[in-house]
Amino acid sequence: MNVQAWTYLIVTATFALYIGIAWWSRVRTTSGFYVAGRGVPAVANGMATGADWMSAASFISMAGLISFMGYTGTIYLMGWTGGYVLLALLLAPYLRKYGKFTTSEFVGDRYYSDAARLVAAGCTIFVSFTYIAGQMRGVGVVFSRFLEVEVHWGVIIGVVIVFFYAVLGGMRGITYTQVAQYCVLIVAFLIPAAAISWKITGNPIPQLGFGGTVQEGQQAGVFLLEALDALHRELRLPEYTAAFVPGKKSMIDVTAIALALMVGTAGLPHVLVRFYTVRSARAARWSALWALVFIGLLYTTAPAVAAFARVNLISTLHNSSYSEVPEWFRSWETTGLISFDDQDGDGVIDMSDGANELTVDQDIMVLANPEIAELPAWVVALVAAGGLAAALSTAAGLLLVIASAISHDIGKSILWKDMSSRRELLLARVTASVAVVVAAYFGISPPGFVAQVVAFAFGLAASSFFPVLVLGIFTRTTTKEGAIAGMSSGILFTGAYIVYFRLIRPEATAEDWLFGISPEGIGAVGMLINFALALIVSRFTKPPPAEVQQLVSEIRLPRERAAEST
Amino acid sequence: MAILLAVWFICSYVLGIFLVEPLNGARVGGFPLGFWFAHQGSIYVFVVLILVYAAVMDRLDRRYGVD
Repeated sequence: MNVQAWTYLIVTATFALYIGIAWWSRVRTTSGFYVAGRGVPAVANGMATGADWMSAASFISMAGLISFMGYTGTIYLMGWTGGYVLLALLLAPYLRKYGKFTTSEFVGDRYYSDAARLVAAGCTIFVSFTYIAGQMRGVGVVFSRFLEVEVHWGVIIGVVIVFFYAVLGGMRGITYTQVAQYCVLIVAFLIPAAAISWKITGNPIPQLGFGGTVQEGQQAGVFLLEALDALHRELRLPEYTAAFVPGKKSMIDVTAIALALMVGTAGLPHVLVRFYTVRSARAARWSALWALVFIGLLYTTAPAVAAFARVNLISTLHNSSYSEVPEWFRSWETTGLISFDDQDGDGVIDMSDGANELTVDQDIMVLANPEIAELPAWVVALVAAGGLAAALSTAAGLLLVIASAISHDIGKSILWKDMSSRRELLLARVTASVAVVVAAYFGISPPGFVAQVVAFAFGLAASSFFPVLVLGIFTRTTTKEGAIAGMSSGILFTGAYIVYFRLIRPEATAEDWLFGISPEGIGAVGMLINFALALIVSRFTKPPPAEVQQLVSEIRLPRERAAEST
Repeated sequence: MAILLAVWFICSYVLGIFLVEPLNGARVGGFPLGFWFAHQGSIYVFVVLILVYAAVMDRLDRRYGVD
């Protein structure tokens, strides 16, 4: 069987599995729809969180990005995992203990204000839509590359599948399909990674092979990373493992971006809501642990894949004749992901800085890996299924968050307070359906700003949600005026800075940036402004009512009692 | 918890970012140490931090009869 037949087979099989699970776990109550009836075991929730969190970008693009960035790639590795420590220690267990269905609900109750609830719901919807468009696009791209289906048909097939299990199954359906999707995507990521590690370093565990020695060729016996640094020197590029050298990001910028991504992760609504689905605060803590273990499996493998792919790419292609390139080069050349422009007309590929003749798309590092490592066709098909699993699982989680923000936070809590739960469930299904259609539209014809905005969604989440949630849990005296002032100034500052440097003055260089922090990292500063303003304004406004202060004490038990008795 | 957050800060920011250049002078196996912290070590430390936190909180819960 050829690659395409295998891909059809495996993709159809996984889709049938997802639909089967959705049918088995369909729901009839609002609690089932929003939070899966709160009966999800910690390990299953950890897997679902992993799939929810790891999007098409994590699966397809991240290793390639790191491959081009070297050391600086740590902003994604640390930034997208470190947030789970904040989540587990500062947010998840407390939000779970408070109960209810959504994070906006906590904000609305804790700050005794429908305005705060509305702002939180609005931020949720905005962040989620920018994200979901990227996922739908990812689905379309995988379909078009592996199955030679038009991008828009790919998006439509993906939408139908998501529609089926998100609208029917609600959170319960999503949770159990995400568990299945996690298994598919991690297997699809690890098999090629292990194979390529074995091929290059003789060690099948990528995390160890990363620090091992090269097996064959001119550099046999040299440590992989040293060989890579040497190859980079040869190409007159900054060394792979070097930090903050010219051509890479500065220390303060790396710090700010890592912080913005971590805090943003901890404030993303579709991740937070996963912790409402477990039985107790205790289960929320353990499931945060499982989530990070499952995510870490991919995130510790990715930098190894990045290094292997980089070594492989340079050593096979640099200074080799175009007429003798390997088979995979030809097959990916037709997709436009890799191209050779023979500027000096000698027919030899030159990759050195300044004379580069090779254009490589970051996505190829993962997608073409199985072919580069000469793995059988079914592994290639598995990678396609893995990419789809990553994109669909994230899209479904986001859809549900949008549906609950509209039907529950805005509908039930603000507009129609006496709505019956039957009608609320119907409204939730309708909004989810509408959201699917809107997402599909964005996926087929993405507005130009989407790709730009997705990268900044973290900064916006970091500067709006995180400080208000932390202050809401750990201080009794933060007032609604403080919270609203903090949230709006944080998000406005961050948004304005991003718009200014991306749209109005995109040519600005590091010298023009505030403290040398790029727009990607400015959310970290926005977060500090938010904290500071919320605390200052709270000092000068009327303290929160007694029942709110009581509520804060309760969600922090038993820490409170422990503090009293010591 | 303050201790855990301090470890979180030290392993990610201090070892992985602020001190990466001096640490890269040291090599462990095939890794420059600072690079290893940035690309691998920090993630392992994050997992251990949550593990310790979850275990400590379990003990607190039991001692004060919450849950």
